[in-house]
Amino acid sequence: MAGTGKAHLRRPEEVLLRVEDLVVEYPAPGRKVVHAVSGISFDVKAGETLGLVGESGCGKTTTGKALLQLLSVTSGSVVLDGTDLTGLSPRDMRRARTDLQMIFQDPISSLNPRRKIGDIVAEPLQVWGPHSEVEQVRMVDEMLEAVGMDPVQARGRRPHEFSGGQCQRISIARSLVLGPRLLICDEPVSALDMSVQAQILNLLGDLKADYDLTLVFIAHDLAVIKNVSDRVAVMYLGKLCEVAGADDLYDHPAHPYTGVLLNANPEPDPEAPLDLEIREAGELPSPIDPPSGCRFRTRCPYATEKCAAEEPMMRKVGDDHFVACHYPTL
Amino acid sequence: MADPTGLRSLQEDGQASALARSPAPFRVRVGRSLWNAFREMPWPTRACASWLVLIVTVAIFADWIPGLQDPNYQGFLFGKSKTLDPPSMEHWLGTDNVSRDILARVVHGARTSLIFAGGVLLCGLVFGGLLGSAAGFLRGRFEAVVMFYVDVSLAFPALVFFLFAITMLNTRGLGIMTVAVALLIIAPYTRIARANSLSVSDREFVTAARAIGTSRPRILVREIIPNVYPTLVAYSLIVAAVLVILEATLSFLGIGVPIPRASWGGDINMARRDIAINVWPMIPPILALVATILSVNVVSDWLRSNAASRSSAL
Amino acid sequence: MPAENASTPGTGPVAVSAGSPLLRVDDLHTSFHVAAGEVRAVRGVSLTLDRGRTLGIVGESGSGKTVLARSIMRLNIGGNVSTSGNVEFEGRDLLDLPLKAMKNLWGTELAMVFQDPMTSLNPVVRVGRQLTEHVRSNLGAGRGEARQMAIDLLREVRIPDAEARLRAFPHELSGGMRQRICIAIALACEPALLFADEPTTALDVTVQHQILNLLGREQRDREMAMILVTHDLGVVAGRTDDTIVMYAGKVVEQAPTRVLFTEMRHPYSEALLRSIPRIGQRSHTRLSAITGRPPDPIDIPPGCPFSPRCPYVQQKCREEPPPLVAAGDGAGGASHLSACWYPVGTDAGRDAFARNLADRLPQTVVVAEGSEFAESAAANAAAEATAANGSFEGGGA
Repeated sequence: MAGTGKAHLRRPEEVLLRVEDLVVEYPAPGRKVVHAVSGISFDVKAGETLGLVGESGCGKTTTGKALLQLLSVTSGSVVLDGTDLTGLSPRDMRRARTDLQMIFQDPISSLNPRRKIGDIVAEPLQVWGPHSEVEQVRMVDEMLEAVGMDPVQARGRRPHEFSGGQCQRISIARSLVLGPRLLICDEPVSALDMSVQAQILNLLGDLKADYDLTLVFIAHDLAVIKNVSDRVAVMYLGKLCEVAGADDLYDHPAHPYTGVLLNANPEPDPEAPLDLEIREAGELPSPIDPPSGCRFRTRCPYATEKCAAEEPMMRKVGDDHFVACHYPTL
Repeated sequence: MADPTGLRSLQEDGQASALARSPAPFRVRVGRSLWNAFREMPWPTRACASWLVLIVTVAIFADWIPGLQDPNYQGFLFGKSKTLDPPSMEHWLGTDNVSRDILARVVHGARTSLIFAGGVLLCGLVFGGLLGSAAGFLRGRFEAVVMFYVDVSLAFPALVFFLFAITMLNTRGLGIMTVAVALLIIAPYTRIARANSLSVSDREFVTAARAIGTSRPRILVREIIPNVYPTLVAYSLIVAAVLVILEATLSFLGIGVPIPRASWGGDINMARRDIAINVWPMIPPILALVATILSVNVVSDWLRSNAASRSSAL
Repeated sequence: MPAENASTPGTGPVAVSAGSPLLRVDDLHTSFHVAAGEVRAVRGVSLTLDRGRTLGIVGESGSGKTVLARSIMRLNIGGNVSTSGNVEFEGRDLLDLPLKAMKNLWGTELAMVFQDPMTSLNPVVRVGRQLTEHVRSNLGAGRGEARQMAIDLLREVRIPDAEARLRAFPHELSGGMRQRICIAIALACEPALLFADEPTTALDVTVQHQILNLLGREQRDREMAMILVTHDLGVVAGRTDDTIVMYAGKVVEQAPTRVLFTEMRHPYSEALLRSIPRIGQRSHTRLSAITGRPPDPIDIPPGCPFSPRCPYVQQKCREEPPPLVAAGDGAGGASHLSACWYPVGTDAGRDAFARNLADRLPQTVVVAEGSEFAESAAANAAAEATAANGSFEGGGA
């Protein structure tokens, strides 16, 4: 199956993470197959933040979990610093996970309610060492402090005693305590109160600088993605539509889908122009039976027969700006 | 920190007990929060809880209670007392048809119930809980094998199995009865534990543990089991009431504990024979049985409704 | 519905004199009694809404916005709820109305669209029946007539292939389609006032845009009043006439929407707008975060509820709750209200801010400098403050 092309990939020696032709499929009732991710490729340079944006069901969370091999990858490769993670034995993969970590959408459910915060943050150390208890406590305290929690107060408490924002801080501390190189953030702020989101976004920015992190940031919120990312990849129904630098993408969207997304984003500005046209409710195509050719064609205002017959390949439309569309809007 | 409900800490600490590393301060905290929970109960619930505490205490310390007679001492053989005595200073609850002290019989009957129910529950919690937790988390062939065992076991006619066992082994007794019922109780415990384990395994903190690189046995012990057990403990309270009735029923039918051993059900059966002469000996074991079952149910209902309001606040 | 009262208005604005508002809420309080204490969800809210106007209620989770909407509609049920105050709708006091009379109002005069279209539709009943049932019981329409109305309604909310959709079950439809059906049900009896409670929170951004457009057009075409409850400032901007900002059960600021966004007077509104990332900003713009977190609804601080997090806070704010008063001589005039002793953009506010900055108050320093140090110090202070005031998180949820 043809991917959406690799024109946007940089040289392998330049990047920390390189994902090629990643396919994740799983069975659905009735001998059908869900095409959750259908051959996407992307790369992330060390120290860069890649934003992965798309609507629900586009496969962005599946992609994040596939990077950590938390679900079985159908085909394709995930190369982290020269090692293909898809080829590792379960034991080697467990070891490799210390290099790439993940934080999850629901901060409260991602902490075991029956364990104390000190225990939760120390868990990675108890698995991988150092095993000295004094050393562990020191590292846990240092990490809790780095995420803005008071270690003395937090250590002995359980997750339900903290708010969503604080739980997300604890989650971040746990994911960083082993010193990973790549951090995958799956909707880390969408479950938080509005007034707390900025705290966590700023914190992630600071930690990224302090700990030389590389981030893959998955979200549905376009404004959040723009704020945190260096480079943004737009996903639709298991495929990549467009990849570009953050500012460039938002200033000059080349894929019609990116345009639709930007148009729909509610800006907190009463003077901003509003497109008030009402369209018919369309059936969203299902990942069980995705459209032929370009997957966005069923909702695309510019679609022609060519879009149904031929899948567009990723091609360059500007400086570090790539789009998989036959009729880019640039 | 102030604990507004008391129950919250009861829940938290109660469940953590298996994992607690520093026992001394911990025991103090559990004691205090149990006391807080007790003080919060409405008075009928409090009475029921008190009854349970009393019955468990006397059952454990039956042999050391000063002045309590040997339940099998038959005074009339030595000319000391008569059969079917009414309550007196010497025999607070009177004597039965073979002139045994009824109070001692009731206390020791409680001990029989306690050993039986406790043994069976422990077996269900340990074996059923572990099997089910592992099955729900590990999935695959292990789960298939375990669930096959559960299905077969649940399809088995329990009473037939029990009668078969005592006939084949040609013996009756508390031990064989406990083991036989324990073998049967593992299946429902496994099933409940597996259902819970499946839903816990889907929670994000389990994914997070995998993402850290934690090994599967460690995830099972640290993340899954502590979250599966609270439900099993709640279930055990309901089962406990059923087990007490079951022991009494089997003994009443004469296939439970063998004769001289004290058992509420057995004693009710004994008293039944002389019901035309004197009803009295039947009453204390019946009251003890009814009060215990009622208390278990009332207390477990109270715990459940209070635990529910707590978990919804989470 | 048989006319019970000659003065009961039908569908048009005919029966109500121009002077009286459609809805007047006066000093509404709603509390929930739970084991841990009294959750004071709404603490004295007053508002008025005229026919055909739209009002946005913005707040975070726990601010009381949803409870407020439900209290007005008397949808808060349960023995542990107590509501006091005055809710006057078309001249009737809703809180004093017997439940039977209230039932006649639900659907016909007051309607609601909920956040989750899946749970607000009955999963085992076909869409057509859910639509027609409503039309038939409330308007007494016949079977065929009701069916035709249902088809018309589905067409109106732009659901393609309307006749076939009537036979569908809710789970066979997409989230956006389901929400359109919920809107169709709400509109069926031509209510005078529509509550939309986070109608788009569960939906994707492109679907959200369509649903908001749809609600907006229906509201204008039917001259219906609408209250849009949301946590998203972007949703009310450009789509409502007036906006209310709620915090900890109180209205902290109220103004015509355009005025609100240009001349924010309350520090919370200002902080909220500043803290959310916007597409108009360059990438990596540092956000000006609000320190701390919203107060525990059981243990709301005396004085201004925002005072522990406010960069303008003074001693007076911690002691005396500020009243909701006219915010001064801005473009909003008398319709711009704010509950703050030291409003943003006034001399008093600027002085307060300068004083706090001189005292190195963490939340003020964060706003002024946005430096890393200040922020982590503030986060620490906030963590301590919140850890100290207990573990009751999510109790108001």
